Amino acid sequence: MNQAAQVIAVAAAALLALFGAALGRDPLFQAHAWILFFVLVAASYLLLQRKPAEAAAIPFKGATTKSGDAVSAAPAYLDGPIRYGAVATVFWGIAGFLVGVVIAAQLAWPNLNLEPYLNFGRLRPLHTSAVIFAFGGNALICTSFWVVQRTSRQRLFGGDLAWFVFWGYQLFIIMAATGYLLGVTQSREYAEPEWYVDLWLTIVWVAYLVVFLGTIMTRREPHIYVANWFYLSFIVTVAMLHVVNNLALPVSLMGVKSYSLFAGVQDALTQWWYGHNAVGFFLTAGFLGMMYYFMPKQAERPVYSYRLSIVHFWSLIFLYIWAGPHHLHYTALPDWAQTLGMVFSVMLWMPSWGGMINGLMTLSGAWDKVRTDPLIRMMVIALAFYGMSTFEGPMMSIKSVNSLSHYTDWTIGHVHSGALGWVGMISFAAIYYLVPKLWDRSRLYSLRMVNWHFWLATLGIVIYAAVMWVSGITQGLMWREYDQEGFLVYSFAETVAAMHPYYAMRVFGGLLYLAGALVMAFNIYQTIRGRQRQERPLVTAATAAQPAE
Amino acid sequence: MSDKPHVDEISGVETTGHEWDGIRELNNPLPRWWVWIFYATIVFSIGYAIYYPSIPLLNDFTKGVGGYSSRAELNQELDAAAAAKAGLLARLAETDVTEIPSDPELMRFAVSGGAAAYRVNCSQCHGSGAQGGFGYPNLNDDAWLWGGDLQSLYTTIAHGIRFETDDQTRYSEMPAFGRDGILDRQQIKALALYVRSLAGLDDGWVDAGETEQSFLDNCAACHGEDGKGMAMMGAPNLTDAIWLYGSETDQIIRQISEPRHGVMPAWGDRLGDVTVKQLTLYVHQLGGGE
Repeated sequence: MNQAAQVIAVAAAALLALFGAALGRDPLFQAHAWILFFVLVAASYLLLQRKPAEAAAIPFKGATTKSGDAVSAAPAYLDGPIRYGAVATVFWGIAGFLVGVVIAAQLAWPNLNLEPYLNFGRLRPLHTSAVIFAFGGNALICTSFWVVQRTSRQRLFGGDLAWFVFWGYQLFIIMAATGYLLGVTQSREYAEPEWYVDLWLTIVWVAYLVVFLGTIMTRREPHIYVANWFYLSFIVTVAMLHVVNNLALPVSLMGVKSYSLFAGVQDALTQWWYGHNAVGFFLTAGFLGMMYYFMPKQAERPVYSYRLSIVHFWSLIFLYIWAGPHHLHYTALPDWAQTLGMVFSVMLWMPSWGGMINGLMTLSGAWDKVRTDPLIRMMVIALAFYGMSTFEGPMMSIKSVNSLSHYTDWTIGHVHSGALGWVGMISFAAIYYLVPKLWDRSRLYSLRMVNWHFWLATLGIVIYAAVMWVSGITQGLMWREYDQEGFLVYSFAETVAAMHPYYAMRVFGGLLYLAGALVMAFNIYQTIRGRQRQERPLVTAATAAQPAE
Repeated sequence: MSDKPHVDEISGVETTGHEWDGIRELNNPLPRWWVWIFYATIVFSIGYAIYYPSIPLLNDFTKGVGGYSSRAELNQELDAAAAAKAGLLARLAETDVTEIPSDPELMRFAVSGGAAAYRVNCSQCHGSGAQGGFGYPNLNDDAWLWGGDLQSLYTTIAHGIRFETDDQTRYSEMPAFGRDGILDRQQIKALALYVRSLAGLDDGWVDAGETEQSFLDNCAACHGEDGKGMAMMGAPNLTDAIWLYGSETDQIIRQISEPRHGVMPAWGDRLGDVTVKQLTLYVHQLGGGE
């Protein structure tokens, strides 16, 4: 589409939104349509301002293969959406972490609930969606665009379609987020957006698949690099999960409300098939794709084992999809489904660890970089948390463990050691790697600040996870505490009161993590501005010169 | 790509020969320990799936050689718990509430059960420490609106207070002296100050004589001439330091002008006689039982 057609399309969509605002059957739909209208009007204005030069590809700079061949023959890569994506990742990351700190504080001090728009019930999905879909999603989309181009030696397929994916995805985020604050939700965890936002995401996601798959199919390398298998499995599976779990019938085409096609325990199982694989394919497979590119690039070492990458890829994606029922242990879900959910989770342990082994062992011959390179340090800690939480997950899926851990803060701690430790850290490292290259800077503004970010974030995660273990296990034990006569010892309110000190400490852990992200934002901003901080190097020449191992 | 295998210099391991954006892959074998643990989890899973219900069939599912069923297990646990308590529960049912304290074993059981039932049913209003709150009586002290002996507590818990659906619930209704125009504002204010003076709260206010008479005319019928209240009527003692709706002059004026009347549900039908007995004994031994 040329620029004029694009402007017309967006303006027409804005007009449709205006109709929605006028004809909406309920006030929430009207309010949401107004938001959409203003966003689209702003978008058409920005499109009009867009200079044609910006649309053109920026010539690719600075890459060499080890043998130094063939790069000049590569086409100019489309890096604009990646640049925007990197900035969006940092922005949404900070927004999501901030909301996380706020809701953590609300749990510790309930008076911080500001009714109705900023109460816990509305901010909680805002937090989860902001960190998973806005922060994680943008990180995945922008890194996958980078990786698939470099490892296929091909420009992104579909012309401006990659731009549509980027902006369409941001529109999805804005509509989802404003919907939560307005009170529009279908109450499915991690799938809260209502039917019309789901439909929009489906369109954007199919476009993403077309761009990614098209690039792979037109690649100029004989083989598909392992990172792209993981990215592709993430894109394909998320499309399937999203569509099936969100099958619903709207009450009116001009109203927010819809009813799920599933009911009862089938509904619960569909939801957790989705929910667990959002973790498996969004937060695990996708980010493994990221790891498989940035780890060997930054370490300048070959991937440890090709065979391991094949075996753990296929076993991971085959086993993960069946593990969802472990979210429904000891519920109305039939016993046989609970058994299968558990055993598939147990078998998932080693396939998950395959990624950790391959990542960490890629450093063999370059372990000294853990000391000298804060990016490598981030990737190593990411893999360490990945390994820990992918051991913890199968363990928690065992029914006898689950009977203690289920519904407690232990689950929250588990999720966050994966999310803050693995997803967060590997994304930060990827962004630090990409930004100087994307803006053609010789180095980051400050490596010392990366190191600060590393320590703030690591300390924040350790505090968060440790505190949630203690509070979760305390909670679980208090709930099941019987006295000698066979009566329950604690009321629910007493178990809530016992959590208070841990909830306060969790806020502190979250603040450290947020502080680290703010340091990152400043560092990235200065790097993009082209500045370089004059600082003492992290390691002196003497220590750096020591041989590896 | 090259024809002869490429060897990584540092590790001395062959690569696969491919290269993407400078990345190569070593041809290392799968780590043995990884493979064996993976096999072990598979073997465990197969064994587990044989022992427990696991494979869905057309109309049924494999029951597993262990014959496990979570529903049966839950029922067994519930039955076992019920059986363990059955004897004591039966004795509680046939023992009069006032006689339970003389049987130490039964008393210990009743108080434990009462504590558990209290946490689930009562703590929402009376607080998890039974300390009460504004409008909700503290159950630890010895001030009782409707009497603090075992029989009175039992009646209060079983039938509630001002709980309309229970025939035997008890009512007390203090007239709205202000709203219904029985007394004027000055008189009410004077009464509030008088009541405060009864409780030893000194405002430097001196009764000219007519307020005491007003108290005897309007209040003493229920609260007693000395203001010490009357459990028969559910009328609170006004001379102690315990105030359900606050001891400030304004709060007392509010209560005289337009009294609030709390409602407590009747628990007899909902929880059954035995649990009400347990609750009675639990509340009674909190410290204030008469």
